[in-house]
Amino acid sequence: MTDKTVALPGHTGFIKNNLRNYGMLLSLFAIMLFFQVMTDGTLLQPLNLTNLVLQNSYIVIMALGMLLIIVTGHIDLSVGSVAGFVGAVAAVLMVRYHVAYPLAFLACLLVGALIGAAQGYWVAYFKIPSFIVTLAGMLVFKGLALAILAGQSVGPFPPTFQKLSSGFIPELFPGAGTLYPTSLLIGAVLAVALVYTSAKSRARQASHGIEVEPFAFFVAKSAVLFAVIVFFAGLIASHRGLPNVLVIMTALIALYAFVTTRTVVGRHIYAIGGNARAASLSGIKTERLTFLTFVNMGVLAALAGLVFAARLNTATPKAGAGFELDVIAACFIGGASAYGGVGKVGGAVIGAMIMGVMNNGMSILGIGIDYQQVIKGLVLLGAVCLDVYNQRR
Amino acid sequence: MTAILEMRGVSKSFAGVQALRDVNFTVEAGEIHALVGENGAGKSTLMKVLSGVYPYGDYEGSIIFDGEERRFRDVNDSEALGIIIIHQELALIPLMSIAENIFLSHPPSRLGVIDRDTVYRRTQELLAQVGLTEMPDTLVTDLGVGKQQLVEIAKALSKRVRLLILDEPTASLNENDSAALLDRLLAFRAQGIASILISHKLSEVARVADRITVLRDGRTVDSIDCRAEPVEEDRIIRSMVNRDLAHRFPQRTATLGEPVFAVQDWTVHHPQHPERRVIKAVDFEVRCGEVVGIAGLMGAGRTEFAMSLFGRAWGDRISGRVWLDGREVNLSSVSAAIDAGLAYVTEDRKQLGLILDSDVRKNITLASLGRVSRQGRIDDMSELRVASEYRSRMRIRCSDVYQETGQLSGGNQQKVVLSKWLMTDPKVLILDEPTRGIDVGAKYEIYCIINELAEAGKGVVMISSEMPELLGVCDRICVMNDGAFVGEFAAAEATQERIMRAIMRNKEIDKKVLQGELRS
Repeated sequence: MTDKTVALPGHTGFIKNNLRNYGMLLSLFAIMLFFQVMTDGTLLQPLNLTNLVLQNSYIVIMALGMLLIIVTGHIDLSVGSVAGFVGAVAAVLMVRYHVAYPLAFLACLLVGALIGAAQGYWVAYFKIPSFIVTLAGMLVFKGLALAILAGQSVGPFPPTFQKLSSGFIPELFPGAGTLYPTSLLIGAVLAVALVYTSAKSRARQASHGIEVEPFAFFVAKSAVLFAVIVFFAGLIASHRGLPNVLVIMTALIALYAFVTTRTVVGRHIYAIGGNARAASLSGIKTERLTFLTFVNMGVLAALAGLVFAARLNTATPKAGAGFELDVIAACFIGGASAYGGVGKVGGAVIGAMIMGVMNNGMSILGIGIDYQQVIKGLVLLGAVCLDVYNQRR
Repeated sequence: MTAILEMRGVSKSFAGVQALRDVNFTVEAGEIHALVGENGAGKSTLMKVLSGVYPYGDYEGSIIFDGEERRFRDVNDSEALGIIIIHQELALIPLMSIAENIFLSHPPSRLGVIDRDTVYRRTQELLAQVGLTEMPDTLVTDLGVGKQQLVEIAKALSKRVRLLILDEPTASLNENDSAALLDRLLAFRAQGIASILISHKLSEVARVADRITVLRDGRTVDSIDCRAEPVEEDRIIRSMVNRDLAHRFPQRTATLGEPVFAVQDWTVHHPQHPERRVIKAVDFEVRCGEVVGIAGLMGAGRTEFAMSLFGRAWGDRISGRVWLDGREVNLSSVSAAIDAGLAYVTEDRKQLGLILDSDVRKNITLASLGRVSRQGRIDDMSELRVASEYRSRMRIRCSDVYQETGQLSGGNQQKVVLSKWLMTDPKVLILDEPTRGIDVGAKYEIYCIINELAEAGKGVVMISSEMPELLGVCDRICVMNDGAFVGEFAAAEATQERIMRAIMRNKEIDKKVLQGELRS
């Protein structure tokens, strides 16, 4: 019995394989290009780009938690209501009871964790389908938000809290004119760091005799990555610099990307979604981990609720309505599988950005909210169909 | 005799891997034709070509059925001609009745309304043909696997079958059910229905087959006519693996050490019926370097015993004491059991053993990620190194360790599961049906691994329904029946007859049931 030798794919095969990996990213760029042209360049104007980030930050933050939930094979329909409820709690604490901002902030995250724990408990330990538990949660927290706000909008928030969403990082070199050098510098450093780490990991793989991507491809990829980051950093820097929330968002994306791909906990979460019974017979504490993904989701929904409330500068009973749909759509557009076990943080973030760019671009074009929804729905279906088709090939 | 089916020069490749090369395969009218070969030899691929799963154009070569060339676009095309395939994984809907399952796709109906009387009557006829006495409205979930298999066959008969293909029909059946099923095939032959039987159980093949075709590495390597003179199993094995298996079981001289695993007074209750004792105050012991077999019929409680020990993965109200390496241990969770040095290789590798969508590497390291990580962070290079080591040590045939586990053949999947548990460095391994559904060559390799483990001083427990295998591999065989050990034999004194007698002697209560089974 000799091992069968398998012909290694050539360079064309390599690029073909990777086109699939980068397909989502390319679609995002295509969509951006489309709206950039259609809106006569409004989309990528520094002011609009900054707005785009602010408008979508809470969706991206929640998509990170939702991805983990979906990867374990569950769903959370309550995140919009939870975000709205936590925003309301924040308003009541800070506006009505004048609780100090940091304390109120932590209290709100704790409330989110408790809500996640309450829902995760039924899902993980009582095996009640997450669809039902979180559908109930959606109603409960929507109602509770209405109740504690007594049906009214509560605001405005203290200025320090507003900075969470409307603030920008402090400028270290003031007086440099219209461009914000600190932000530009951070962008450049980030770009260099990303290229450096990917070069290091490529060298490490090569030293272990693993087949790596062709050098030319790697250089081209890195150059594009570098250029794109610096380009966007430049755009952002020419308005008012990096928004605080973008910094938080980037840090969270990096953290969750790391956790999902490089840690034992991440591997265990994917194993649960892949085959829960096999995972549990491999010594993975499937129930506890499922529970914790819901706690994590609760905290992120709370954070998103705070960001949203700070952005509106008021808590309204309607806040958060329908967010869950955008968040879940972002994960599925980004390639997560509804059956669990499959999905990437990068995909979910790109999915959220695709939704965000479309929302923003269509609004600039003056397309009514009615047809915006129709188009978004079709894009969701189309993206998932394309993904399924690709996997069948 | 005339050929009902002729497959000429069939070739098929997947992403650069040639699965079939110029295969010629002929089935004559009214014969039982066995198709044998190692896992990955191309048997399933050939049957998928035949049944239209891979449509015309996806393969090279031609299919001639009933004297005409056929170009199937999908399974419906082949079924319309009476080519019916019954897969290893049964395609029945558990919560529907037998009748509903049999007439699922085309129930007799008038103006779209199902004609229930006809369904009932036809089902009764069909069940009688396959020797089942169940009522047509019995739910499939209430039947045993053996009877479910017969329902599948009844379903095939409802479609006016001309060529019946059975993929490993007896893999999960006990001996009585297997015998009953094979008798059905013989009855069909008398009615002129041809069948193709894919099986790894060569004794069965030798018993019922008229002709045998052997596939190896995607080619037809041998064709044996057994009508003239009975075929010897060794002859088939030689063709399958192209080497003489002078011994089907590798030799080992046991050197027994201290007891490494001891169980005392182990009692387990059924999770759904808490008053029912499934394991009844059992004592059990394994020494270092010893391979202990557990024999018994299906439902004797062997898997339940093993899984309840393995971190209480099965059962309710579990009591008893366990010692590992002389220390009493508390196996209250699977991870505690793994840490204590116990490993359990499940009988159901697809459902309970593997994450099929995930790659070989991730499956191997899943139960011991701590060994390739630091502070919760996986060192991907050392993970890759370890996985590659197991790949070459266990001779897992895959393109690389990044290949999806679901794409591997059964034997190679089993080696991945074994690798996963060896990586946890256990003191005691419980192997539950470790060679189920895998071919002779892979079986031999697994026996060798078992021997290596025993020689390395580990304790091995092997649950198996194949008695020759228990006799060939184990140092001691315990017989379980109805949740208790009812006999124990040293390897030297054990024979199939003695084991069977030990089971039967303690079957007094179940005798009526068993006789019922034998009749059907």
